[in-house]
Amino acid sequence: MIRTTVHFEFSLNRVAAMVRRYWYLLISSWPRLLDLIYWPTVQMLMWGFLQTYVSSNSGYFANAAGVFIGAVLLWDILFRGQLGFSISFLEEMWARNLGNLMMSPLRPAEFISALMVMSIVRLSIGMIPVTFLAIAFFGFNLWSMGLALVAFFVNLILTSWAIGIFVAGLLLRNGLGAESMAWTIMFLFLPLTCVYYPVAVLPHWLQYVAWSLPPTYVFEGMRALLIDRVFRADLMLEALAFNVVLFAAAVFAFLKLLASARTQGTLLQGAD
Amino acid sequence: MDVKPAPAIAVDNLVKRYKTATAVDGISFQLAAGTVTGLLGGNGAGKTTTIAMIMGLVTPTAGTVAVLGAHMPRQRYRVLHRMNFESPYVDMPMRLTVRQNLSVFAQLYAVPDEAGRIASLAADLDLTEFLDRPAGKLSAGQKTRVSLAKSLLNKPDVLLLDEPTASLDPDTADWVRTHLERYRAETGATILLASHNMNEVERLCERVIIMKKGRVEDDDTPARLLARYSRETLEDVFLDVARGRDRQDEVAG
Repeated sequence: MIRTTVHFEFSLNRVAAMVRRYWYLLISSWPRLLDLIYWPTVQMLMWGFLQTYVSSNSGYFANAAGVFIGAVLLWDILFRGQLGFSISFLEEMWARNLGNLMMSPLRPAEFISALMVMSIVRLSIGMIPVTFLAIAFFGFNLWSMGLALVAFFVNLILTSWAIGIFVAGLLLRNGLGAESMAWTIMFLFLPLTCVYYPVAVLPHWLQYVAWSLPPTYVFEGMRALLIDRVFRADLMLEALAFNVVLFAAAVFAFLKLLASARTQGTLLQGAD
Repeated sequence: MDVKPAPAIAVDNLVKRYKTATAVDGISFQLAAGTVTGLLGGNGAGKTTTIAMIMGLVTPTAGTVAVLGAHMPRQRYRVLHRMNFESPYVDMPMRLTVRQNLSVFAQLYAVPDEAGRIASLAADLDLTEFLDRPAGKLSAGQKTRVSLAKSLLNKPDVLLLDEPTASLDPDTADWVRTHLERYRAETGATILLASHNMNEVERLCERVIIMKKGRVEDDDTPARLLARYSRETLEDVFLDVARGRDRQDEVAG
C-alpha cells in the first residue's frame, strides 16, 4: 500500500532570508529608493492642486474637502502595494535568480509572504512621507481617518497582494514576456473601481462589475466618510468578503501557473 | 545476504516532451551514493532537461525520478535541503555583495554557523578578497566560483553541476576540479556533472553517461568506453557518438 503524507511546512526563517535579500537590494540603490517616493509625491501634488481649484469653483467639492487627494492616496496604496509585490518578484527574474530559489528549500508560501512584507516596506517608504506632504501642502490629514483608514488599508493591500500573486504566476509561466502585466494590470481597476467618482456614474450594467471588485467598496466608503461624515462598516465587510474570494482565487491560479511552468520548463529560462 | 544500498539518484524511463520536440526520450540510470558521474552530450542532447527534472524544476511527461528516495518533483521538499546545484542558466543577484548573497542562501538552507561556513568556503575557493564586492562587478571566473560556493553552502549530499568550469581559465578550472575531488572525498557526496570538457570528465568521473537526441547512447566507465570505441581520449569517443560512428563492441571483449 502506498501512503502519501501531505504536510504544510512554513519557515519564518526562510521568509526573513528573502526579506533580507530584498532589503539589501533596496538599500544598495538610491534610485530605487527615490523611485518609491517620486511618483506618489507628483500624483499627490497634481490632484491636490486640482482639488484646490475645483473646490473654489464648486459648492459640492468645497464641502467634500480632500475627496480627490484622499482618493489618490488610497489609489496609491492599491497600485504601489501591487507594484511593490511584483517588482520584488521581477527582481528575481531580472537577476536570473529564480532557479536558485526554486531549487532551494524555500516554499511558495514563504516566497509569497516575503513579497507581501516587501510590498508593505516599499509602500511605507513611499507613502508615509507623502501623507505628511499632503498635510503640509493642502492641510489634508489622511491619518485623521483613524480606524477607517485601517479598514481601507487592509482591504486595499489584500487586493494588491491578490493581483500581485496572480501576476507572479503569469511571470513564472510566461517569463519576462508577461512583464508589462506587472506594470499595467492595476490600471484596469482605475476606471472600474471608481477611484475618483461615485459608482452611480457608471452605466448600469458596468456597476455590477464595479461592485464585484473590493476596492470599489473602499473608494465609496472613503467618499461616505469625507462627504457624509459616515463610516460605512458594511461596505468594508463586503470588501473583505470579496477580498477573501479574490485572494483564494489568486493563490489557486498561482499554484496552477507554477505547475504549468514546471511542465513547460520555463522556471530555468526566465526570459520569454 | 548482500543488501544493495539505495541509489542516490534513480531515473526510470524518463521522458520529457514539449509541444514540438522531445527533449528526453525514455532514459534510465541509477547513480550510487558517493559517486561522480559525467553526463555528456552535444547541444540539445537533453542534459540540461535531465538535470532540471532531477532538481524538480521540470515535471517529466512520463517516467520517474527519485533523489535520496524522494520522488521529484512531488516530494522535493523532503530532500531539497540536502541537494544543491550550479548552472550557467542562473545567476546570483548582481547588486548584492558576494557575502550578502551567500548569507541569504545560507539562511534559506538553514546553514549552522553561517559566517564561519562562508569564511571557510571563501578561503577554499579564493573568494575572501571579493566577499564585499557586488556580484555584478566580478569577472566570469569569479562569478562561477561564487556560484560554486553557493552550491556547496549546505554541504549537499547530492550536487548537480552544469558546466561548472565553462568560463574559467585553465588554472582556476583545475583548482575547482581539485576542490570538487576533495569535497567528494570528505563528504561522500554524489555528484552529477554535465560538461563539454572531456579532460574534466576523465579526471573527475568514474562513470560517464553519453546522451544523444534525448536518449542514453552509452553508459560506462571512462576506461571501458575508451576500449569499446578503440579510442585514446573521451573526446574521440564523444565525437564518434555525436557523428554516429559505430562502437567496437568486440574490442571490449
